[in-house]
Amino acid sequence: METAVGTLRKTPLNPVHRELGAKMVAFGGWEMPVEYSGLIAEHMAVRTAAGVFDVSHMGELEVEGPGALPFLQRVTSNNAGKLADGQAQYSALPLPNGAPADDVIVYRRGPERFLLVVNAGNIEKDLRWLQEQAPGQCTVTNRSDEYVLVALQGPKSQQILQGLTPVDLSAIHYYHFAEGEVAGQPATVARTGYTGEDGFELFVAPDRAADLWRKLLEAGKEAGLVPAGLGARDTLRLEAKMCLYGNDMDETTTLVEAGLGWIVSLDEAKGDFVGRGVLEMQKKEGAARKLVGFEMVDRGIARHGYPVYVGDEPAGSVTSGSYAPFLQKNIGLCYLPAPRAAVGTPFYVDIRGRRVAARVVPTPFYKRPQ
Amino acid sequence: MEPTDRLYTREHEWVKVEGDRGTVGITDFAQKQLGDVVFLELPEKGKKIKSHERFGTVESVKAVSELFSPVGGEIVEVNSALVQKPETVNADPYGTGWMIRVKLDPGEPAGLMEAGQYSEYVAKEAK
Repeated sequence: METAVGTLRKTPLNPVHRELGAKMVAFGGWEMPVEYSGLIAEHMAVRTAAGVFDVSHMGELEVEGPGALPFLQRVTSNNAGKLADGQAQYSALPLPNGAPADDVIVYRRGPERFLLVVNAGNIEKDLRWLQEQAPGQCTVTNRSDEYVLVALQGPKSQQILQGLTPVDLSAIHYYHFAEGEVAGQPATVARTGYTGEDGFELFVAPDRAADLWRKLLEAGKEAGLVPAGLGARDTLRLEAKMCLYGNDMDETTTLVEAGLGWIVSLDEAKGDFVGRGVLEMQKKEGAARKLVGFEMVDRGIARHGYPVYVGDEPAGSVTSGSYAPFLQKNIGLCYLPAPRAAVGTPFYVDIRGRRVAARVVPTPFYKRPQ
Repeated sequence: MEPTDRLYTREHEWVKVEGDRGTVGITDFAQKQLGDVVFLELPEKGKKIKSHERFGTVESVKAVSELFSPVGGEIVEVNSALVQKPETVNADPYGTGWMIRVKLDPGEPAGLMEAGQYSEYVAKEAK
């Protein structure tokens, strides 16, 4: 079992989590709350009401200067040129082999000012990689310590948050953001998330973040808002088939193989970018393997790293696997050879020495009611 | 405080001995460490088992944990209701969350902790 050790970094909300009785674990070099009241209760609260997550371990890299957009077009996979001020975009930092150094969200704050939100464990690596790509007429700065990132997720998020801010939330569309005050402090309010639900991510200054957290919980109490940990975050994102860096994709899996061809832009306006050769070919001709979603047919929970067999042939391993609390099924993700990746394909997961039947199913496993 | 009518292992299982039968489950500390239990793999009735031998698996959403028998003997009853309602292990670990009943071998139970000893052991482990 993972345990907390002294060398881990702590977010500014750490004392608040302890006060709430959270179970703390190590994640990406940080000591983070994995659950408060219980993973399943938190998961269900996010699907039916709302949950609030501390995701301050995520990194924020600022790219600023007249050369910012051309630089981003060269180092990210999606077309950052399509962004307007106040708009965000899911993207990745591809390596020359077409695999991501990281997956990121690009926020356009101004024509020459962008913020990349990156994975906690990749902050230093991403910084180094971006510097190596020789940013021209722009700077790349690590701003991670200047932000606390709080995610408010679930169908009641807007109703709860609207009570704490003069910003008209109904005017912020999915993957857009606005600057304004929340609970009396300056905040960036983004309609983004990692749960498959509607919701917001709030960027605030570290010193007053605990106050915001408490006011959010208070404001949402009646609506059923609960603090939620990384445990629920992981099961929520898996039900929505959102990839987890380091599990479902890494430096050995291309974006197309990971099913992220939709964030690879071959638009003429974007021009050349790192990894384009491989990604363009795979987008046009298909990749040899594909990340698929599966359901266990027989009893058993597939977990990260368990071997996968198609017939008697080894076919890699489970990248994510769990009991899915909302769906009440055992689900997972794994790479299969493209000819064997069609929906319905039966295969086996080796669960601690026993081959248990599974089959490929359509994804996302869960889609929120519109 | 753990119930004093039973004995405990370092792996956080308990056994309650009544006559030549021992009922086995996991402790409150164990279920809390695991979090929401969602899956159990339990043995077949009739299986012979040694003390400290693995008899099954309990899984929460996040973790897999092996189950070790505090006592040796023959498994005479299995709480198959847990397969449909694994959350019972969280709700009532010392009662309806029991897992197997063992007809004890001669000399069993042996080398287990009393409730007080187990509480001290857990207090140390929790630090």
